[in-house]
Amino acid sequence: MSATSSSQGVQLGMPQLPAPDYPAEVRARLDADAKEVIARYPDSRSALLPLLHLVQAEEGHVTRTGIRFCAEQLGLTTAEVTAVSTFYTMYRRRPGGDYQVGVCTNTLCAVLGGDAIFDALKQHLGVGNEETTPDGKVTLEHIECNAACDFAPVVMVNWEFFDNQTVESAKRLVDDLRAGRTALPTRGAPLCTYQETARILAGFPDERPGAVEATGGAGHASLAGLRLARGESGPARVGPPRGVPQQDTPPHHDEQPPKRHPSSHDAPQKTSDSDPDFPAGPIAEEGEG
Amino acid sequence: MTVAAAVNETSPEKLLSPVLSAFWDQPESWTLETYRRHDGYQGLRKALAMSPDEVIAYVKDSGLRGRGGAGFPTGMKWQFIPQGDGKPHYLVVNADESEPGTCKDIPLLFANPHSLIEGMLIACYAIRSEHAFIYLRGETVPVLRRLHEAVREARAAGYLGRNVLGSGLDVDITVHAGAGAYICGEETALLDSLEGRRGQPRLRPPFPAVAGLYACPTVVNNVESIASVPAILNRGKEWFRSMGSEKSPGFTLYSLSGHVAGPGQYEAPLGITLRQLLEMSGGMRPGHRLKFWTPGGSSTPMFTDEHLDVPLDYEAVGAAGSMLGTKALQCFDETTCVVRAVTRWTEFYAHESCGKCTPCREGTYWLVQLLRDIEAGKGRMADLDKINDIADNINGKSFCALGDGAASPIFSSLKYFREEYERHITGKGCPFDPAASTVWADDTRTSHPEVHA
Repeated sequence: MSATSSSQGVQLGMPQLPAPDYPAEVRARLDADAKEVIARYPDSRSALLPLLHLVQAEEGHVTRTGIRFCAEQLGLTTAEVTAVSTFYTMYRRRPGGDYQVGVCTNTLCAVLGGDAIFDALKQHLGVGNEETTPDGKVTLEHIECNAACDFAPVVMVNWEFFDNQTVESAKRLVDDLRAGRTALPTRGAPLCTYQETARILAGFPDERPGAVEATGGAGHASLAGLRLARGESGPARVGPPRGVPQQDTPPHHDEQPPKRHPSSHDAPQKTSDSDPDFPAGPIAEEGEG
Repeated sequence: MTVAAAVNETSPEKLLSPVLSAFWDQPESWTLETYRRHDGYQGLRKALAMSPDEVIAYVKDSGLRGRGGAGFPTGMKWQFIPQGDGKPHYLVVNADESEPGTCKDIPLLFANPHSLIEGMLIACYAIRSEHAFIYLRGETVPVLRRLHEAVREARAAGYLGRNVLGSGLDVDITVHAGAGAYICGEETALLDSLEGRRGQPRLRPPFPAVAGLYACPTVVNNVESIASVPAILNRGKEWFRSMGSEKSPGFTLYSLSGHVAGPGQYEAPLGITLRQLLEMSGGMRPGHRLKFWTPGGSSTPMFTDEHLDVPLDYEAVGAAGSMLGTKALQCFDETTCVVRAVTRWTEFYAHESCGKCTPCREGTYWLVQLLRDIEAGKGRMADLDKINDIADNINGKSFCALGDGAASPIFSSLKYFREEYERHITGKGCPFDPAASTVWADDTRTSHPEVHA
């Protein structure tokens, strides 16, 4: 296990050296936070997911230092922590922007406009899936169903809801985020940074005044049934009665098939096996040997 | 069917029954104060006046069935917890709402989190648990804030902590945010995740009721199931049974979404039909007709306009060849390509497969390859039998029910729309225009580009 050979750039298949620790003052602060997180559970290992959120709050993604920190807090190996951190999609394995813009492209949102929004944002921002704008402000990604189908198409920014989006509104949204203008969610609190959001996910309540009550009780779609039950009625219109044969002739039968494969954005992701730039551990900005 | 007489009356006031959603439009609906103004924590007081076993029997007698998809009787789940075993018991609430199309628990918790807290207290009292967990999916931070606040308020008011309301009951609740994994909606995968591991399902038996969280007896219930309990205690099991049918009693949240004029949450007795829901809410979007829909999320076999009159309860939906699931009614009109829809759902299952078992891990991967080819016009007729075969090798052969879910859209779409698959192959491409399916498609034709549906 010679550090000398790797510092000379010769790849000998040696294992990586342990990640460096956090600076002492950071470590002391995180130690106190971790103690509070661990105390919530009868078994310390249950604190691993929140602790991974916590180290993400510190550095913006899960670094090897963060993994070492979690392992030391819980008496686990870094391999055990890495296995968990790479399983869940919310843990970033590389640095990202202050605002994570996630466009839902699961079937319902995709059909209702999510695909068009995602394509437009890729072009507008000049980045691909899971890529960050050069100013470090916006990381674009497509996300799975976020439990807001009655508000489709949905865009999430740092996991706050931006409901009923259009191509134009989504472009305006990312422009505002990049220009530092206020962008208010339709459901959720005024945006904080990705790292500040991660701290809430670690289980530390959002202390900003007004954050809990922002955007009121329920979104408009959530109230649709309640309003009808109170006697406000809408126009009646319904599908064909039972037994009528369906005639689902496509409206644009004579059109050419789309040139671009409609689902090609969702090609299999690189894994640690296929992506030597990003080994199973997150990238290491720390010096290695 | 006790509900039959009522549903002949077609006004929404008669057909709908807001209980959980009854005060979502009130100012600060999420606060303890608003909740108390609407009978909040009255169910708990009634429960505490009974013995724990009486509470279990009462919930069992009410006929409440799990609202997370499987429909297992809630009271029976509680009864399975061995008592006097000397081990800690745990209640874990599954708030990992991730099934495509499902959007009921998140708005419920955003607008009325105290109904869940109160239900959890009643459940903890019944099963003799002193520590309960809410496993919330991490991607919904606005809901996480409200849950943090609701637990804080409940603790400050003496509903949580030591000696709740002077009853001798000690209960604490930990709010736990997940980190993005559909599989954690499966109850044993959720338990592994809550123990700080990769979320992969466990072999059963032992069932969670015997060896769940930390190998201790554990009840895992869906949010809506638990949140329905306080109203049952407060207003009575007879009141609850006066809604729905003998085997599917009570009220529930139906989530209408897609190409409909009035997407949203509709709380109604079990057994309402999609036709009734569409009739009252404005139907499909103007000028379009229903093509296919899911009764309870993407994992429930799809229906067509033939099924508009199927009563949406556990038995009738099952008899019609699907499952009630989460009552996520995703409606698609005639502009939607069913091959595109199924391909996208299958990509989701491939992405979310936890990798533990081969049928699901490999099967969903190959389904995606074949479906993408078919969608792009590069498929062969034999591929249709092949995807059916692969789905058959996942269904019933995978480790958990989530694998079975991946087969549902394949089987059901081939059953109702095989001809549409064939047209992609013979026509060497997709005959549909995706732009026509967007919510703004009809607006732009009439030059109102900014109008949202």
